[in-house]
Amino acid sequence: MTDVIIIGAGVSGAAIARELSRYERKVLVLDKESDVCEGTSKANSGIVHAGHDAVPGTLKARLNVEGNRMMETLSRELDFPFKRNGSLVVSFEEEGRKGLSELLERGRKNGVEGLCIVGPDKIKELEPDISGDVKAALYAPTGGIVCPFGLTIALAENACENGVEFKLDTTVEKIEKLPVSGDESGKGGFLYRVCTDKGCFEAPVVINAAGVYADVLHNMVSEKKLHITARRGEYCLLDRAVGNLVSHTIFQLPTKMGKGILVTPTVHGNLLLGPTAEDIEDREATCTTGEGMAKVLEKAAKSLKALPVKSVITSFAGLRAHEDGGDFVIEEAKDAPGFIDVAGIESPGLTCAPAIGVYVAQLLQGIRPAALKKDFKAVRKGIPSMSLATDEEKQRLIKENPAYANVICRCEQVTEGEILAAIHRPLGAVTLDGIKRRTRAGMGRCQAGFCAPKTVEILARELSVDMDRITKSGKESGFLTGYNKGYAESREAFVSMGKREEAQA
Amino acid sequence: MRQVDIAIVGGGPAGLAAAVAAVTAGTPDVLILERDNKLGGILNQCIHNGFGLHTFQEELTGPEYAARFIDMAKELQIPYELDTMVLSIASGEEGRKVLTLMNRRDGLFYVEAKAVILAMGCRERPRGALNIPGYRPAGIYCAGTAQRYVNMEGRMPGREVVILGSGDIGLIMARRMTLEGAKVKVVAELMPYSGGLKRNIVQCLDDYGIPLKLSHTVVDIDGKDRVRGVTLAQVDENLKPVSGTEEYISCDTLLLSCGLIPENELSTGLGVALNRVTGGPFVNESLETNVSGVFACGNVLHVHDLVDYVSEEAKKAGEKAAAYVQKSGGQAASQDMTNMSKIAAEVSVTAKDGVRYTVPSTIRPGCMDDAQIIRFRVGQVYRNAHVSVYFDDKRVMKLKKPVLAPGEMEQVKIKKADILAQEGLSTITIKIEA
Repeated sequence: MTDVIIIGAGVSGAAIARELSRYERKVLVLDKESDVCEGTSKANSGIVHAGHDAVPGTLKARLNVEGNRMMETLSRELDFPFKRNGSLVVSFEEEGRKGLSELLERGRKNGVEGLCIVGPDKIKELEPDISGDVKAALYAPTGGIVCPFGLTIALAENACENGVEFKLDTTVEKIEKLPVSGDESGKGGFLYRVCTDKGCFEAPVVINAAGVYADVLHNMVSEKKLHITARRGEYCLLDRAVGNLVSHTIFQLPTKMGKGILVTPTVHGNLLLGPTAEDIEDREATCTTGEGMAKVLEKAAKSLKALPVKSVITSFAGLRAHEDGGDFVIEEAKDAPGFIDVAGIESPGLTCAPAIGVYVAQLLQGIRPAALKKDFKAVRKGIPSMSLATDEEKQRLIKENPAYANVICRCEQVTEGEILAAIHRPLGAVTLDGIKRRTRAGMGRCQAGFCAPKTVEILARELSVDMDRITKSGKESGFLTGYNKGYAESREAFVSMGKREEAQA
Repeated sequence: MRQVDIAIVGGGPAGLAAAVAAVTAGTPDVLILERDNKLGGILNQCIHNGFGLHTFQEELTGPEYAARFIDMAKELQIPYELDTMVLSIASGEEGRKVLTLMNRRDGLFYVEAKAVILAMGCRERPRGALNIPGYRPAGIYCAGTAQRYVNMEGRMPGREVVILGSGDIGLIMARRMTLEGAKVKVVAELMPYSGGLKRNIVQCLDDYGIPLKLSHTVVDIDGKDRVRGVTLAQVDENLKPVSGTEEYISCDTLLLSCGLIPENELSTGLGVALNRVTGGPFVNESLETNVSGVFACGNVLHVHDLVDYVSEEAKKAGEKAAAYVQKSGGQAASQDMTNMSKIAAEVSVTAKDGVRYTVPSTIRPGCMDDAQIIRFRVGQVYRNAHVSVYFDDKRVMKLKKPVLAPGEMEQVKIKKADILAQEGLSTITIKIEA
């Protein structure tokens, strides 16, 4: 029988799954999407915050600093891209120094190391292309950047390798709280029956890491209601050709005019601008808007001498799960023993994820202790990157499998070997977006124009399905809508023609 | 390390014509490097006709046109490598270039060349670069990607189609998808004029009753998994959507034909300077870039309308690269300045007043042929206007043109004798005049 059901395979769910996989527990992760990392975790700033924003004493503050400290070791253990590039909170007004000092003080209380306020000369030394209007900045050397997919997928894969079961494409529809041994009062504890579109699963412990839907699930079992608002953030991603315009993450000090837009390099060398913040009703509305993108470009431009707006290669939007209370809600529901909420995980949730995993694992040890596994594998090896490999490494990989010499994505120089590796791993990719997030194929400046047909072909071949079964991101997101007129009849002719050509060659 | 006289990056129409020309000009030691599994480049998926009217005085399909050049290359026994990706090009010793390549057979390997011809072609501008708001579902394709599916794989990328952009590939695909049973509802074009050839508008849209909405764009994309519809809106003279003109059109596919971008990542890695207008290298009369011994032709240099002009241009690049190798053995070419003491070593060619760019952007009179073709595009539609050529302040040519359109490439021919006759000439200017 299952000991723990985790609902949600975003970064929180994946981090918790990985931490729980250290113990003798049977863990099942459910997610409604066709891949892990399909919700908030895939569309955010990819920032490892230093920890000066959260109010001292909150869970956010504590877990931010802990998560930040854990990230470097974790990135080596699980082989995902992370860089401690440092961050600057910039002010365009002299009066801003007061706000910066408050952040500095807050950061010190939270335990952030190395914070200092710097003037224009130092700022220019750190960032030569920053706007001349910047008067002062809070410098946080511990700030960093991480690949949000890399982190989430690494955690999930490692959890999977350590025995956690994942059921994807599985939507939770109902959760029933069943008293054990017929005692309605629940004194004997509860068993939770989680009913999905793929059948029901039962466990004494449910961990609710369902992102913008965490309140819906919580409210199925608890009378003490949660309320989550989906807060949309829009982003623009720029070509790698301009990725080195800044080396630090540049935040703007919030003013009464608004929260400001960040400009940051990504771990893969792009430049990222965003996010906006807009509360919306529809929790699936991950669309960008004309106004949102205009705001991102306009506000981001303030931070730089010149923003290369023509270098935008894509834009996207993500939804943050904001809980009314403002802090993370990570606790056992008062009236639902064994039901643990991990709700309201908005910024700095990505940074906190590793710490959230440990926090929840300890919380569960307090509720239902389990023994540590003897054979836990802490280390996971990622997919090799040909574009980053040295010539010697390239030679070695090609020798191992010549598919590593076959470039599929020209822009990011991703090879067939990497795509094959992405498919044939624990929790391997089954969609084009899955390949993209694991290998970067299609993430470059042509945005999959050239490689999509080839990647679809490889996926179909490796998964032994027809090409029209291959989707962008599961469900109804298929690429192809059948054959040309008369294709079926002429197919034989096509095939024999191809064979003839081959024979001639 | 393998040594060759000329390495040609790309085995499409430009690379093939350059190779044939270089070998014909007496430099047989060339090598074509092609990333796809066959020669011919993008022509292989262009199964419509209309190719070759200038080059062969007959109307061919894309694969037929490519086959003519592939046959010539095979006749001349020009070596080529397929399924081979050039990862980078670096400067080597004595002006030579070192290419790093990869393929399944040889793994990672290197080729050293005395000269390099860049012929990598171009890519399509994707949705992301157009800042179109909305969802990011399946069903949004660049027109060329859709063309590949339909023409190479026999697969339909959609059934109810809206096309944004009236570039030639979009127009061709409007017809192609219609012939295969899809419903193409509308072609929307941001500009007040089409970006494609007139003949394509007639043959691909008008003949099939497909409406072309000028000064319109897509302002929203609907559909979380697969495209469900798009919202079109009219744009004003500043190309901003006009509120109140929005119109929702249900469809499962959005094709984009919004411009082509020369693929110059290898070039910039080598230090080749690019023209921001074309996205291609600055070149001189010999189609040589600022990096000595590196030549460019075809759509990597500037996006062409007709493949015939690509072949013509590539022929020149091949000949000049051959001459470079033969004359200098890899050293920078020296100008023949006999009897030219009063002529500048380099004359710049500039675009003005409605002309967006020129190729070439400089001419070395000592290196030029008897006549030099200057190719350019205009920035808007002109009727009954003139293309004028100025030698410094003096107008030397004024050609009447009934129509000039951004979708069609224009050219003027300058005679060497005329340049030599103009003492102290420093700038040739091409402009549009009433």
